[in-house]
Amino acid sequence: MAATLYPHIEIAGADALIVYLGADTQPEISAEVQRLAQGLQSFQGQEIVDLVPSYASLLINFNPLLCDHLWLRKKIRETLDSSTSQQESESRLVELPSYYSEESGPDLNLLASNAGLSPEEVIALHSEAEYRVYAIGFAPGFAYLGQVDQKIAAPRLATPRKKVPKGAVAIADRQTAVYPAVSPGGWNLIGLCPTPMFDANNEPHMPVAVGDRIRFRPISREEFFDLGGELPEFEVQS
Amino acid sequence: MQGLTVIAPGILSLLQDAGRFGQQQIGLTTGGPLDSFAFTVANRLCHNNDNACAIEISIGGLTLESSVDSVIALTGAKLGLKINGQNKTQWQSHAIKAGDKINIGFASEKNSGCRAYLAVAGGFDIAKQFGSQATVSREGIGGLQGGPLQKTDLLPCSNHRDLELLRFSEEQQSNFNSNCNSNFNSNYPDLVELRVILGYQQDHFSPVKQAIFFSSEYTVSDLCDRMGYRLEGPKVNADIEGILSEGICLGAIQVPADGQPIVLMNDRQTIGGYPKIGAVFGPDLAKLAQLSAGGRIKFTAMDINDAHQELLLTKRQLDQLVLEAL
Repeated sequence: MAATLYPHIEIAGADALIVYLGADTQPEISAEVQRLAQGLQSFQGQEIVDLVPSYASLLINFNPLLCDHLWLRKKIRETLDSSTSQQESESRLVELPSYYSEESGPDLNLLASNAGLSPEEVIALHSEAEYRVYAIGFAPGFAYLGQVDQKIAAPRLATPRKKVPKGAVAIADRQTAVYPAVSPGGWNLIGLCPTPMFDANNEPHMPVAVGDRIRFRPISREEFFDLGGELPEFEVQS
Repeated sequence: MQGLTVIAPGILSLLQDAGRFGQQQIGLTTGGPLDSFAFTVANRLCHNNDNACAIEISIGGLTLESSVDSVIALTGAKLGLKINGQNKTQWQSHAIKAGDKINIGFASEKNSGCRAYLAVAGGFDIAKQFGSQATVSREGIGGLQGGPLQKTDLLPCSNHRDLELLRFSEEQQSNFNSNCNSNFNSNYPDLVELRVILGYQQDHFSPVKQAIFFSSEYTVSDLCDRMGYRLEGPKVNADIEGILSEGICLGAIQVPADGQPIVLMNDRQTIGGYPKIGAVFGPDLAKLAQLSAGGRIKFTAMDINDAHQELLLTKRQLDQLVLEAL
């Protein structure tokens, strides 16, 4: 296939277009996705039904009774042209407390020894970096954060857990996340975050949004409980 | 509170409005009716707007008792509708009185489909979550408790007396079917043609793989639910195994490493990393959703501009049909 030029608009379906702003995980590309999504926000609820930002793309579902893909292509081009000169508005920094330990993160020690590091070094590498919310999906409130230091990148578990507890701080490849609710999952668990990541009944429903910057703050066992944390039973991995 | 009380919930009965939109940025999928045409007609027959909350009945077996005087209609799969033990015709509205028992049976013949829609005048009056009443069991959101109907649930709705009962003549129905490529009147063949708008990573499916995809017959596997329909047939692998996760539209056809296509439905994940060849044309998803395991499929390519024209035509013809029936 010929080299693709970005941005590149592709048909997704009869009532959806997808715009590719790049091909890999980079803060600059993600920022462009955000700029485009924000630029098109004013049409949401009318011509635009849903905007789905991800790492390097924006899926746009439109209402075919109010517009068509040609109209939308024009609006996408206009938005891209008008926003190229604008500086990215300073994105928000959100701090998430994390209680890192073997009792709150049963894969911490194994991940450390596989990486040739001590658990303390893994914690330091995970908490000193600043991450970006690249996408939200998989489950309500599941935010994909990137990228973790190459030294602590770890492949998914060979056998996923049937139940990962709510609040689990986890690593898969160079991504990290906090599980918003109990769910199956194959990521490596290294800690617990007492901040609820998804609340269906209160606004805002999530403490983070796509484009936010995230930092994990290591907390003690005591502070974890003070912040309302609870220690769940972990499924033992063979 | 008054309304319809669940005597028997059936295999899988879910409260659905047209769907939950504008919430995919926090990972919430759309939900909504799998057969949106049958859903819309059920609501129109009860003088409702197209977003009114109705019941999607999969397979069958739902029994309700009414404490209101109102109007109901059952569309979609030919499951059989009884009011107080008397057979009633589907795809038209019927008056009900307080104390009436409404029973939806099971498909008893071939080509009956498997998703039916029961609407009531005014719609079911339940709280919205994230702007919608659509039940998505996987997320535990929408409906009464985020899941299927349970025995003794009360589905709130109000009295609607003196509403005109609506029906369409056989000629109107068959005209509509031929003009709009639609399934009016519960005729759901077990071999369906699904039109596909090529897109997404189509360039990563070689011309040979695309030729195989469009000339072969696929079968619905046992893994078919509101999230997606996994198909079985000739393999059509892309030349890449995965992609950077991206938004998945309704009807998107993703092909994982085993080469077997999966058509993503209303309760799909919002983002994913498998290559996609394109998406099934929305109205054709209804035909897929009416198939159960073993049902057969052929794909044909469709141009996005033709798709757009057909959507507009269908909307106009349905509006006209309802006007004529009034």
